Amino acid sequence: MQNKTLILAAAALVATAVATGCATGPSPAELDQQALAMLKASFRDQGIATVDRLDQDLGQKACSSDKAPAEDVAKKIEADALASVKWPNGGQYVGDWREGEKLAQNGRGMTWTDKSAEPTANGANCYNCHEIDKKEISYGTIGPSLLGYGKLRDFKESEIKAAYEKIYDSHASFPCSLMPRFGANKVLSMDQIKDLVALLMAKDSPVNK
Amino acid sequence: MRRLVITTALAVASTAGFAQKSTADGIAEYRAMLADGNPAELFEAKGEDLWKKKRGPKNASLEQCDLGKGPGVVKGAWVELPRWFADTKRVQDLESRLLTCMETLQGLNAAEIAKAPFGKGEQANMEALAAWISAESRGAKMNLPQGHAEERRMYELGKRAFFFRGGPMDFSCASCHGEDGKRIRLQDLPNLTKNPGDGVGFAAWPAYRVSSGEMWSMQRRLNDCYRQQRFPYPGYASDVTISLGVYMGVNAKGAESIAPAIKR
Repeated sequence: MQNKTLILAAAALVATAVATGCATGPSPAELDQQALAMLKASFRDQGIATVDRLDQDLGQKACSSDKAPAEDVAKKIEADALASVKWPNGGQYVGDWREGEKLAQNGRGMTWTDKSAEPTANGANCYNCHEIDKKEISYGTIGPSLLGYGKLRDFKESEIKAAYEKIYDSHASFPCSLMPRFGANKVLSMDQIKDLVALLMAKDSPVNK
Repeated sequence: MRRLVITTALAVASTAGFAQKSTADGIAEYRAMLADGNPAELFEAKGEDLWKKKRGPKNASLEQCDLGKGPGVVKGAWVELPRWFADTKRVQDLESRLLTCMETLQGLNAAEIAKAPFGKGEQANMEALAAWISAESRGAKMNLPQGHAEERRMYELGKRAFFFRGGPMDFSCASCHGEDGKRIRLQDLPNLTKNPGDGVGFAAWPAYRVSSGEMWSMQRRLNDCYRQQRFPYPGYASDVTISLGVYMGVNAKGAESIAPAIKR
């Protein structure tokens, strides 16, 4: 009787081991490595879009999952982002909102069909994701609506600076934000960012009408 | 044809304006009118011809090609791809499998076809074949197999590729396709991390694109996604594209395929 129980128990153990064995593929860490190798092997350079675009910094690597990064990692991303921000001389954050609107409308730049990666060749893509001027009905919804952005913030000086910072490096306020880090990644120049700040924060900008 | 479509679009746009209809209603109506007489049918007919025609150095047709359900079985094959193939020991999507068949059966050079530009020569033939083969599963439900360990591994790799952020704008597939109810400009974005519904996302490609007058296979759709993500260039039928197919296709299990669909 006791023997039989033992044998059954042993059989159950073996069955479990086999089942586990079958179900066990590569570990999550191994899959991470295999995915990186797969990406490296699958892409090639085309024009300005070279394969070094697959080399991730922390703000990309730690934000490449369906789960948010650990709190300490998020803090590090935030700190790195804040340190990356280059501020304009003399605290002049506000450019020309008319130029800002043109940039906001422009979704071009940085693809392999674009000739130059210089900021002058790039748009800011804003309307792709945000509502901005209520006259433009063709806007996306990945980001929040920016209607009345400056007015809602009482056109405060601190908010003007904060808007510059968010556009320069969105991760400084929102680690893993879906918004590109336009200044830090050299997509837009300081002057272009100032024009966008004007679009959001200038009293005469259509955003605040 | 092109002019007719444009006129239709204008008519819809102005009707929408006068009737004070919402933009979304106007677009839905425009799409419904487009679907009535989908030019994809022309590509389907060409694709069926190409499947049956003796071609290549071996002067053979593709009729003995095994798309996963046995040599020559086309019906229902599309909704089970990508899948594992024992002969190549790879998980393959429709296009990479067609390359295998074109090489082994017809003696064509798969590597050369993979390198050719979209929409021309053998690449145009690939698009026609994809149109016909997908049409043979129209109305069927997505049902990708996950029985083989490699199919499950490719799902996991596809998931990682989907969330992989890179390039100067930090985009991943998930930047646009990770949540419900989002848009870029007026374009609705399906959430591809789950089943987005019948005839949406993976279950809608290949598709005829009205704006360019072209038939796009899933390979071309993914290629243009990566262009807009500001990534480098994904190889045609490369593993990253196949793994993404597995990820999206498995997520879409049960969704009805309407491919080849029609897009703006």
